[in-house]
Amino acid sequence: MNRFYVMLGVLTLALGAMLVYLLKSNPSAPRAATEAPATVLDDGFRGFTLGSDSAKVEVTEYSDFECPFCASFAAVQMPTIREQLISTGKVRWRYRDFPLPIHKYSRYAAHAAQCAGEQGKFWEMHDQLFFNHGWAQTGQNPTALFRSFAKAAGADLGRYDTCMSAGRFASRIEFSVQEGLQRNVNGTPTFFVNGTEVRSSRLPTSDDFVKLVDGLTSPPRRK
Amino acid sequence: MRHRQTIAVLALVGWFIALYLGLHALGFGGELKCGTGGCDTVQTSRWAVLFGIPVALYGVAGYTVILAVALVGLQPSWLARRGPILLIAALATGGVLFSGWLTYLELFVILAICRWCVTSAVLMTAIWLVSLHALRTPATRTDP
Repeated sequence: MNRFYVMLGVLTLALGAMLVYLLKSNPSAPRAATEAPATVLDDGFRGFTLGSDSAKVEVTEYSDFECPFCASFAAVQMPTIREQLISTGKVRWRYRDFPLPIHKYSRYAAHAAQCAGEQGKFWEMHDQLFFNHGWAQTGQNPTALFRSFAKAAGADLGRYDTCMSAGRFASRIEFSVQEGLQRNVNGTPTFFVNGTEVRSSRLPTSDDFVKLVDGLTSPPRRK
Repeated sequence: MRHRQTIAVLALVGWFIALYLGLHALGFGGELKCGTGGCDTVQTSRWAVLFGIPVALYGVAGYTVILAVALVGLQPSWLARRGPILLIAALATGGVLFSGWLTYLELFVILAICRWCVTSAVLMTAIWLVSLHALRTPATRTDP
């Protein structure tokens, strides 16, 4: 009997040590990809776009991947907008990063999307981040989850990892934030239609955008 | 006696696994050591929280009770009594059903597998099987 308790004690110590190791050895999100850089350079990049270059209307969206309203907009309104406005050639949609400082991992998520975007998978990663938005509610380190999103988006993980650990697009993201601030963006999502801010007391719907676009593209009625 | 010792060891291992997942759910440590990345998908799904409490913490509570009952059942005054093993069998039945439901969610709803969760489900099933076997075994004699 005593031997059993000794064995149980040894097992408890071993498992306890393993637990401490597991909790302490986990990699954290690379700082290069989670913090604003000291210097901001303009690389000429002005956001990922969807839709025709010849569309008469351009919508610019300033968004934050951790923002629940942005996720709701992406999941509920965007599919209709894509179908009725973007696919039909009426609208070109431009996505600009505006990670809010209150969100712990939004800059990191923006960087993950940029690293996928470097491989031509931005919109796939955009959908992964917004459609599986549970990560934004937990406050847990999403490093592994974002890797699985990148994989699901079709990105090459080796290139993605290199990009993330180098913080390759940190400056680009901060440039987008500075640009948003200059345009008086103070929340997300904020939309500009052909350069004019869409002001609304509620989250705009796809119907709102259809009306706005129709108003801009329909010929004026004769009396 | 062997049954109760086995159950105590299994419950202790299960307790540490549930504690690891529970601490992670409470924000301690970084990403889960998982291998495939499925653990984070499971742990950040809406099924990872039940009635406002991380599911892993129900596991911590369950294993704590089973471990305590097994250790009490190993005391000389309790060795001949079937009460502890009956209680463990009842608790483990609930644990197996709960683990089965969680494994079903992983396989068919969340579509991701968390190795720690599966290991816990296997441990709970083993505890249940050992307790059933103990119930079919005559009680240990204790000489006056």
